Amino acid sequence: MIDPIEPPRRKNPLLRTRLPTSPPRARSRTSHGFTRAAAEGRFMLQRCEGCGAFTYPAREACPCCLSDALAFVDAPPRGLLLAETTAHVPSDVYFRERAPWRIGLVKMDCGPTIVAHLHGDCVEGAPVRMSFQLDKSGQAVTFARPEGETPNMADDKQWREMTADPRFRRVLVTNGRSAIGREAALALKVAGAKTVFVGIAEPWRPFAGEKLLQGQDGIELVSLDAADEKSTRNLAADIGGKVDILVNTTEYVRPGGLLDREGTSIARDEVDQAYLGFINLAQAFGPIMRMRGADGINNSVAWVNILSVYALANWPAFGAYSASQAACLSLSHCLRAELRPGGIKMMNVFTGPVDTEWFQTVPPPKVAPRAIGQAVVSGLKGGLEEMYVGDVAEEIRQRLAANPKALERELDR
Amino acid sequence: MTTSLRTPYDGIVMAAPVTIPYVRYSIDSAQWWIGRALSALVAQAGIKVSDIDGLCVSSFTLGPDSGIGLTQHFGLCVRWLDTIPLGGASAIAALRKAARAVQARDADIVACVAGDTNHVDSFRLTLENFSRFNQDAVYPYGAGGANSSFALIARNYMRAFGVTRADVGRIAVAQRANALRNPHALMKTPLSIEQYLAARPISDPIHLFDCVMPCAGAEAFLVMRDETAASLGLPAARLLSTIERHNAFADDPMQVRGGWAMDIGELYAMAGVKPDDLDIVQTYDDYPVITMMQFEDLGFCGKGEGAEFVRQHDLTIDGDFPHNTSGGQLSVGQAGAAGAYLGLVEGLRQVLGTAGPTQVRDADLCLASGFGMINYDRGLASGAAIFAGTSR
Amino acid sequence: MQGKALQGKALLELAGAIASDAVRVIDLSFTLSPDFPVIVLPPEFGQAAPVRIQEISRYDARGPAWYWNNVTFGEHTGTHFDAPIHWFTGKDLANNAVDTMPPKDMIAPACVIDCSAQAAQDPDFLLTMPIVEAWETRHGRIPSRHWVLLRTDWSKKGWRDYSSLRDDGAHTPGPDAAVMKWLVEERGIIGFGTETIGTDAGQAGHFEPPYPAHHFLHGAGRYGLQCLCNLDQLPATGAVIIASPLKIQNGSGSPLRVIALVSST
Repeated sequence: MIDPIEPPRRKNPLLRTRLPTSPPRARSRTSHGFTRAAAEGRFMLQRCEGCGAFTYPAREACPCCLSDALAFVDAPPRGLLLAETTAHVPSDVYFRERAPWRIGLVKMDCGPTIVAHLHGDCVEGAPVRMSFQLDKSGQAVTFARPEGETPNMADDKQWREMTADPRFRRVLVTNGRSAIGREAALALKVAGAKTVFVGIAEPWRPFAGEKLLQGQDGIELVSLDAADEKSTRNLAADIGGKVDILVNTTEYVRPGGLLDREGTSIARDEVDQAYLGFINLAQAFGPIMRMRGADGINNSVAWVNILSVYALANWPAFGAYSASQAACLSLSHCLRAELRPGGIKMMNVFTGPVDTEWFQTVPPPKVAPRAIGQAVVSGLKGGLEEMYVGDVAEEIRQRLAANPKALERELDR
Repeated sequence: MTTSLRTPYDGIVMAAPVTIPYVRYSIDSAQWWIGRALSALVAQAGIKVSDIDGLCVSSFTLGPDSGIGLTQHFGLCVRWLDTIPLGGASAIAALRKAARAVQARDADIVACVAGDTNHVDSFRLTLENFSRFNQDAVYPYGAGGANSSFALIARNYMRAFGVTRADVGRIAVAQRANALRNPHALMKTPLSIEQYLAARPISDPIHLFDCVMPCAGAEAFLVMRDETAASLGLPAARLLSTIERHNAFADDPMQVRGGWAMDIGELYAMAGVKPDDLDIVQTYDDYPVITMMQFEDLGFCGKGEGAEFVRQHDLTIDGDFPHNTSGGQLSVGQAGAAGAYLGLVEGLRQVLGTAGPTQVRDADLCLASGFGMINYDRGLASGAAIFAGTSR
Repeated sequence: MQGKALQGKALLELAGAIASDAVRVIDLSFTLSPDFPVIVLPPEFGQAAPVRIQEISRYDARGPAWYWNNVTFGEHTGTHFDAPIHWFTGKDLANNAVDTMPPKDMIAPACVIDCSAQAAQDPDFLLTMPIVEAWETRHGRIPSRHWVLLRTDWSKKGWRDYSSLRDDGAHTPGPDAAVMKWLVEERGIIGFGTETIGTDAGQAGHFEPPYPAHHFLHGAGRYGLQCLCNLDQLPATGAVIIASPLKIQNGSGSPLRVIALVSST
C-alpha cells in the first residue's frame, strides 16, 4: 500500500536545491513508436501484419515470420508479473539518487515479455495493467500498475516520476480573462493544487467570472499580460520560483484569413498575444522551472499549452488564427526540448472550436471550456504530452493522419 | 532438419595460456592490454610475431577498433582474422572458429585474445551502449545493468526450484577459497557464508558477493595443429569437443535454462566422455546462480537439482568437484570480454599442469563453459568445450 | 500681444524665467507604459496596439555598453494628441494630420475649467453650457485659439476606476454636444483636453451627434488632448500649453509629452 504524499513543508533555505537529472535517453528510431503511444496515453505494441504476433522490444522484422510489416497498434494492456527486483545501487545518477527502484518482468497476455517500471502495489504473480509513460528524459517507458485501484495509487514514488499531478503543486494559469483559463483554474484547484495563480492582463478591464475567481480559496489573481515583456518578467520575479505547473491559456481568436482582412494589425495582435506571449512566458518562467525539476514533492513538472487543433491544419475561415496556433505549436516543440533537461513535461491540449463568442457562428459540436479544464487535469495526472479534446479535435487528428491533402481541401468550406 | 554429424577436432590443440594480471582500474587502453597479451603469447610460445597467421579478438572497450585495426597496430600480417563480440561466450566461440581454421589449414597458429580496460566510467558506458534491445527496453528501467536483469532471472529460478541464497552462496564462498591461492585474484580476503548472506543488496536477490567486480585485464591462448605444437616443442591440450548455441528456448517466458541444455548430449558424445569423467569444471560465473544453472544444464545434475548438487559437493581446488579453480570472475574480477577467457585459460593451465598454486592434482580432463549477452531479458549465447591434457 | 512684434528680449526673458522658476513647467503627461489603460472598442473593431517596450540590450551580450528598447504603440495610447484627420468630419481638411499641422498650433494658452467636484459625484458628469457660462462669468470670455482643458481629477484614480468600464461601456466625464459645438463655433478654441481616455465622455456614443468632441473639434480643424494629468496645478487662465505630437506621416495623433508653462506669481 502506498503512503499518501504529505503537503510539502517550506524549503530549508540552507540546503541546496536538488538539480534535475535524466534517466537514460538513448532509443532506437523504431522505438519511438512507443513514444508516440505514450504521448497520447495509448498502449501500443508492434504487431506483425503477416502472422499477427505481437512483439516487444521494437523490432525491424517479426521474430516469428521475418515480415517487416510491423505496425504499432493498440494492444491489450493486461499481463502477469513474473518476477520483480529492486535496484539498490544503479550505475546511473538519476536512478541512483532515487534508489531503491523497482522493476519487473511482465508476461503480456498478448505474448511478449516486457521489462517495466513497477507501481509499488504490483505483486509478483498477480495481473498488472501496462501503460507507456514518458519518463523524466521525455522518452517512453513501460509502467505496470495493479489491475484495480489501490489506496493513494497516484502517490506512488515511481508513478510520480512519470506524471505531473497538480496535487500540492502551485500552478500559474496565464490568462484568467478567458473562460478556458477560468475553468482550468477551477479544475486545477479541485484537483488539489495548493495555489492557482491566475494571470489577469489589463486588470482595469472587468471580465466575466472575475467575482467567481476572486471568491476562491487558493486562487490568487495576479497581474500578467503575457504579451508584455515587463509584465511577464515582473510576475516571474515575484512567483517564478513557485510555479510548478504553467498552463498557457493565452487565447486570441479572430476570424478571417488573409484576403478578407485589411492590413496586419489584427495579425499583429495575434502574434503579439499568442506567439510573443509564449516567448515572454518561456523566457520568464522556463529557466527557473527547468532548474526546479527535482525540487521535492512540489517540484516543477509541466508546461501546458491550450492550442487550437487548427495548429495542425489551417482552417481558412480562421486562417490567420490557425497560423498563429501553428507557430505556437512549433514553439512548444522547441520549448519541450529546452525544458527536457529539467524533466519538465510539455503537454499540448488541442481543442476544436470552443463554445465562446468567437466561434458563435460555427455549428456544433463545440468544446465546453469546462471540458478543457478537466482535460488539463487528467492529462497532467496521466503524464500525457498530447491531448485532443472534443470530437472536432479528435476528428481532425484522424483525418490528418489519414490524408493531409483531403483535410486541407475539406477545411476550405 | 536433422543436424549432420560434425567433424571431430582430431589433432587440434591449444597452448600457451596467458593471463595479464588484472587491476581494478587502468588508465591504459584496451589496445595496451591486448598488446601485452600478444607479447606474452609470443614469449611463452617461443615464436616470432610473424609466426602468428591468425587472430581472433574480443573486447568491449576498443572504441572504434576491431580486429583489423589491431593487425596494423601490432604489426601482425595474418591470413585469418575474426572479431567476436559475444561477451561471456567469446572464448568458446573463438576456440571453435580458430580450431576449424587451423584444421582446414586456413591458418597455422591462431592467437585468441580478449582484453578490456576499465576506466572509471567505462563500465557505465558499456552498460549504456550494450545492445539495441537493452538500450530501448532495459537500461532505462532503473539502469541496474546486468545486475537487475539477472536479479529477475535469479528470483524466478530460486522461487521455481526452492533455491535459497545460502545454496547459491556456497558457490561464491568456495570460489573465494580458491582465489586466496591465486596471487592475481583481486579479492584477497576470505569470505564466509555469513558474510555472503549479510552483504548489502544490489538488486534483490542479487547481493554484493553475487556480483563480479569490473576490472582491466587480458587473457589469451594459441590454437594450432598438434604437429605445429610438436615442432615448436610446445606443451598443448587436445580439443575434444565443443558446443555453441544462441537464443535457445526463446519460448520460455523466463530463463531457467541456457542453450547448453539443447546440445549437452552432443558435447559429451563428441568428446567420448561422461560428466563424471571430468577432473575440473570452469563455468561462466557472472552470477553464482548462473553457475548453478550450468551445473544442471551441463549434465552434472537434473534441472532443479543444482542447489542439492552444491550442497553435496566441495567445489574448492582440493574438493571432490574442483570448480573455477582460479577463483572465477567472482573473486578474480571481470575484465570485460577477458572474463569469457578466464575459465578456459585457467583450465588450460590445469590440464597442462602449469596452474601453480591453484593446480588440481592430476587434472587432465576439463570442461569450460561460456555464457553471455543479456541482450534483453536473458543470456542469449552459450557454449562449452572439453579438452584434455597431455597425459590422456 | 497678438499681431505685434515681440520685444527682442522677450524670448530670452522667458527662458530666464523658466530657469529661475519664475515660470514653472508642469508636466501634464502620464508615463508611456504598457500598464496604462487604452481605449476599449468592441472587439470586432481594430484595436489600438498597446504600448510594448522590448529591450534591445542592457549592457549585456546583446549590446555590452548600452541600453535601449524597441517601442511600439498605437497613435492613440497614453497621453496623446488627436489631429483633425482622426475623425471623419476632418478627413478632407488641409494640413489635418500630425505631420502637416501648423507647428504654431503646438503652443497655445489654456483655460482650465475645474469640474473635479462634480466628476467626483458622478462618473457620467457632463460639461454643459451653463457651467461654461458660469466659468466665463468668473474668469472672463474664453479667447479664441485657446485650449479648453476639463479638469476632473480623473487622472488621480486607480486604473480600474480610471477606465471605469461597466457592461454598458465606459462611464467617464466629458462634454455634451451643445457645449462642444459652441466652444468650437462661438469661441474658436484651438482644442479641447481631458484627463480621461478620450475627449468625449465615456457614454458619448449615445449622444447626438455621437462623440461630439471628436465630431466638432476635428470637423473644424481643431485638436484633442487626452489622458492629461496635473491639471490641478494649472490656473484657470494664463497657462501656456506646449503640445507637439510626433511627426508621424499622415498620422491621426500621437503619444506626446504635454507641458504647461505657468507663472509662479
